[in-house]
Amino acid sequence: MILVNIEIRNNEIKKSSLEALSEGKKRADELNTEVAASLVGHNVEPLADKVFPYGATKVYVLENSLFAHYSSQAFAQALASLVEEIQPEVIFFSATAMGKDLAPRLAAKLGVSLASDCIKTEIREGKLEVVRPIYAGKALLALRFKSSPQIASLRPNVFPVLESAEGKGEVIRKEIITAEESIKGRVVDIIREEGTELDVTEADIVVSGGRGLKGPENFDLIREIVALLPHAAVGASRSAVDAGWIDHQNQVGQTGKTVSPNLYMAFGISGAIQHLAGMSSSKYIVAVNKDREAPIFKVADFGVVGDLFQVIPHLKEEIKKAMEG
Amino acid sequence: MNIYVFVKRVPDTESKIRINHETNAVVEEGLTFVLNPYDEYAVEEALRLRESKGGQVTVFSVGGGETLVILKKCLAMGADEAVLIKDEAGETYDSLRTAKIIAQTLKKKYSDYSLLLFGKQSVGADNAQIPAMVGEILGIPQVNVVTKLEIEGNQGEALREIEGASERISFSLPAVVSAQKGLNEPRYETLKGIMMAKRKEIPVVTVQELELSGEDLVPRLEIVRMMSPPERKAGKIIEDEPAEAAKKLVEFLHHEAKLI
Repeated sequence: MILVNIEIRNNEIKKSSLEALSEGKKRADELNTEVAASLVGHNVEPLADKVFPYGATKVYVLENSLFAHYSSQAFAQALASLVEEIQPEVIFFSATAMGKDLAPRLAAKLGVSLASDCIKTEIREGKLEVVRPIYAGKALLALRFKSSPQIASLRPNVFPVLESAEGKGEVIRKEIITAEESIKGRVVDIIREEGTELDVTEADIVVSGGRGLKGPENFDLIREIVALLPHAAVGASRSAVDAGWIDHQNQVGQTGKTVSPNLYMAFGISGAIQHLAGMSSSKYIVAVNKDREAPIFKVADFGVVGDLFQVIPHLKEEIKKAMEG
Repeated sequence: MNIYVFVKRVPDTESKIRINHETNAVVEEGLTFVLNPYDEYAVEEALRLRESKGGQVTVFSVGGGETLVILKKCLAMGADEAVLIKDEAGETYDSLRTAKIIAQTLKKKYSDYSLLLFGKQSVGADNAQIPAMVGEILGIPQVNVVTKLEIEGNQGEALREIEGASERISFSLPAVVSAQKGLNEPRYETLKGIMMAKRKEIPVVTVQELELSGEDLVPRLEIVRMMSPPERKAGKIIEDEPAEAAKKLVEFLHHEAKLI
């Protein structure tokens, strides 16, 4: 069996969990086994049916009122008891903030090694083989596991969501017993800043600004483009972040986030190695920069040599026209 | 309060990574190695906590003799002590192995900790696993990717970065905390610090004396291949007037990329 952990945020299933589930379904078919999903939370059972179309034949709902708030200790404990019972060969997480926090805790509890943030999975000789970027994508590592279960977290926005089944299956509810005093760390609150945009790791389109923007106020130009495009997010280069123009949450690159959107638009970003590492796996890259020799043009599918302050107003008009057409 | 910080030596982020395809390893020759950038935030936070709450800051690193340079840097920044956990295995990309070595060092030799600070990940292996694994092995809570940390007595509160928001986490000590950019602004070494660091003796704990089983020390991720990422080809570059350039750019997005 392949087990895929499904993450719930704001009472909704995260899309990247469905990506992981769809990938799990493919590998389960190759292994001639089934794929099951786990949902950890409080009152999350109504969401269970939603995962069946993506290939799960069983959904394990791990329920406890204490699970209303995320705790890596408590969630890992609940998942470990399920793993012990159902003995999956493979476990997938999505490498979200929660997945990156929870998967290593579970792996250590089970005493097995973990492959983080994978961008490819396949079955070879009946075993899982994964590919994961290292050095922020400057190199790739193909790995196999010498411990079982084989646990991997999958990078969001890389694997397609595939509806593959009728949408029926078995929901298995398990009341998990957890002593409150055994939970020594937990979320007490989620703080969402006013006007916080989509995260760069989850966006289809990332529009980034760099040093060439000349000041924090000009990130509004970037935000205006983002507002015109579907499922887009604001990104930034390290120098823009270090200058204090924008929050580090928006930073793309080796000391920021690695992104692989369908489209990456770079405005006033020269393309330092550490930045290129974080965005080179984007499907399409376009760049506007006034320096013809900027390294960003070496990776761009389409580059405009010019002043971004002159290009952006026209660009907004053209995008509007294209979106309406 | 005893604050222990765990640091790693990594190639500078401006490094080009070359691969030795025979050994499936990164070619180290020609690389500049530095203290992992995220670990700098961890060291800085430890020093600030010591300054406000008192206590002692000890920095640990797992590696060979080449690792001493970054431990010296941490001492020069102001850490009280540094310890080298000597392991000659090199980069295995297997976090569980390293986490076991760290946890065992703590259990056997340094069990009086209140706070274990890490960088949220190394820039290199990019695993982001060791803090959570050490927390699990020691049976203490973890808070990863932290941008704000407050400690009061035996209780801590931290902000942890998630997608487009922050989680406020309440936890009890001892605990593991991993640092994200934004937590603080790391200080530079002082001349006095550098002089003191030069003279400071760095004790060595060898992996052998930890009495881990052979099985614990064997990497359990098998490196099948190390590869370069597919190279991107440079595309079309135009130098037209702004209005014309914008039009062509959107035509590209619309007709070729079919994205808008």
